[in-house]
Amino acid sequence: MRPVYLDNNATTRVDPAVVEAMLPFFTEQFGNPSSIHSFGASVGQSVKKARQQLQQLLGAEHDHEIIYTASGTEADNTAILSALEAMPGRDEIVTSAVEHPAVLALCQHLEKTGRAKVHYIGVDSLGRLDLEAYRAALTDKVALVTLMWANNETGTIFPIEALAELAKEVGALFHTDAVQAVGKVPIVLKGGAIDMLSLSGHKLHAPKGIGALYVKRGARFKPLLRGGHQERGRRAGTENAPGIIGLGKAAELAIAHMAEEQTRVKELRDRLENAILQRVPNCFVNGDIRERLPNTTNIAFEYVEGEAILLHLTRNGVAASSGSACTSGSLEPSHVMKAMNVPFTAAHGSIRFSFSRDNVPEDVDQVIETLPKILEKLRELSPFWAGANKGPNEFKPVYA
Amino acid sequence: MWDYSDKVKDYFFNPKNAGVLGEANAVGEVGAISCGDALKLMMKVDPETEVIQEAKFQTFGCGSAIASSSALTELIIGKTLEEAVTITNQDIADFLGGLPPEKMHCSVMGYEALQAAIANFRGEEWRDDHEEGALVCKCFGVDEGVIERAIRMNRLTSIEQITDYTKAGGGCLTCFDKLEELLAGVNAALVAEGVLAAHEAYRLGVADAGEIKAKAKARKEAEKEAAAPPASPLAPASPLPPPSAGMTNLKKIRLIEEAIEELRPYLKKDGGDCELIDIDGANVMVSLKGACMGCQMASVTVSGIQERLIAKLGMTIRVIPVKSHAH
Ligand code: FES
Repeated sequence: MRPVYLDNNATTRVDPAVVEAMLPFFTEQFGNPSSIHSFGASVGQSVKKARQQLQQLLGAEHDHEIIYTASGTEADNTAILSALEAMPGRDEIVTSAVEHPAVLALCQHLEKTGRAKVHYIGVDSLGRLDLEAYRAALTDKVALVTLMWANNETGTIFPIEALAELAKEVGALFHTDAVQAVGKVPIVLKGGAIDMLSLSGHKLHAPKGIGALYVKRGARFKPLLRGGHQERGRRAGTENAPGIIGLGKAAELAIAHMAEEQTRVKELRDRLENAILQRVPNCFVNGDIRERLPNTTNIAFEYVEGEAILLHLTRNGVAASSGSACTSGSLEPSHVMKAMNVPFTAAHGSIRFSFSRDNVPEDVDQVIETLPKILEKLRELSPFWAGANKGPNEFKPVYA
Repeated sequence: MWDYSDKVKDYFFNPKNAGVLGEANAVGEVGAISCGDALKLMMKVDPETEVIQEAKFQTFGCGSAIASSSALTELIIGKTLEEAVTITNQDIADFLGGLPPEKMHCSVMGYEALQAAIANFRGEEWRDDHEEGALVCKCFGVDEGVIERAIRMNRLTSIEQITDYTKAGGGCLTCFDKLEELLAGVNAALVAEGVLAAHEAYRLGVADAGEIKAKAKARKEAEKEAAAPPASPLAPASPLPPPSAGMTNLKKIRLIEEAIEELRPYLKKDGGDCELIDIDGANVMVSLKGACMGCQMASVTVSGIQERLIAKLGMTIRVIPVKSHAH
């Protein structure tokens, strides 16, 4: 049984070309990029090149708008804390109820410690931001709006450029957690209203432990880490040169493969999704199927629990992920499913399949081969299934 | 994912005694789909000898819930009711070679289903959630009795353990004070009985209530702002009395779904539809779809559904329309 990896929103395989690009920087080119001697200078040159590669991927105006961090989480935290400090007189944050914990947990902490008032904007049943509530929350008290570009669980994409424009109208800074979007959808920051953007290397075939925060030139900024002068004093600490160079290479590859994400990868995703919807009764797609990442599908299977499905999938060589409470040690379904008001009959049984350019048609075949049987088996076990089965033809989820 | 023992995995992948037992004369149903797990235990008991001749189960839940249910059937087949009634959740966990602490509530569900089935055989009513106003944790519908029993049987000494074993406290945590009180009370009793060392016993205020509660509050508010159903003119002015005793959540959900199913053709005729979203005590959240949504007749529809449900369940029900799931 071949292993099938469909959990790319969790992390991706490091591209061999990325590994190759990084290797010399552990051994031959080990100098500190901040040193002026030859050992450091050549590394500094490579770091600069990597910055330009990332600049290209983001469509940023200047390469120095990029600050390297250790992770997407550090980038998110830096953006939020920086904004509060850089915008005296403003102490409100606007975010959404479906953000990644890297944003939500910090916002909750800031609320608890009385440092900020946070507006958590809700979403509708398809995961789309409540625009009315968003507009209503935007006042001149808002220091920062932080909204994700694409949701990690459902792939739903927010109209982020337009949301940023609205934030500008009240003079707030605008940050987007684009960890899931970078490399999957085209991004052009130059000339737009986005002040800050977070990304993470390991979501786009670079290694773990390297991320970046884009800060638009001219945007107010206060560093999180203070110390040396690295990153123009905006993020102290010796640069993770191999990671930075790996991320640069990954950015270059992402540009080259962008079209593939929208075509071949998307087709694989769609084929899987359609086959599942056709063959498994009582299931439907969570999220906005139109405005969605090309690589992600999140399917709710009614009357079964997600962990049980995942255990069977794992045994059949398929790695996916679940927003089910039982896999995480929390007891309630994912905050994203809850915010979308997904009925309990389905929220507990939601499974996310996320693809990458590494996937091949056989991966899809293997899931289609095994999944219907797994569902059949588990539903036979479920006390809610008998009588609930309206059959594959009668049960029709309603999409927007 | 979890570090399950080989036996848990085996009982999950190859569950023994799964399915419906046609000639069951003792049935216990516990849990609810909203809580993420539910178990229906069916037993065939010899009326003469009270020996459990056969047992089968149906479970909605995670790996350890299914394994625990299957283990339970293995444990009870061949035993008399008198012997079976002494089986504890720890016995189920032990049989499986242990469960991760966060999953102990799965074994508790097995224990409860067994008690419920035995009570059912004897024509008694198993003390279920929502009874006698002793509901402690609203998020997971756990009552005082369940929590006290879990503390006592498993010698629990922390709030986190209560959550692991009963799920109570796993949501908004507004039940924190009550949990603390119960824990300290039962621990004190256990110390007095000499089964728990005094230094192990929980004392009020030991858990950082502020810390846990502030976290819970932030989460709750985030959720309230984010996912609150639109204020409804039908929202009850005062909380309704808890539903009549003796109806398990499982039964309630079934009846409500049946009622909605019966109404569906009428709604559909008008181009609409109705879907059950959630049940919280006597409040039934539904989403109205299609023409029903936003239709001026919506309030009439809601009261119609409400009437139907009250008639069907024989208890006071408040139907609250919430944001539709799919548009
Ligand atoms: S009431 Fe107990 S966790 Fe919410």
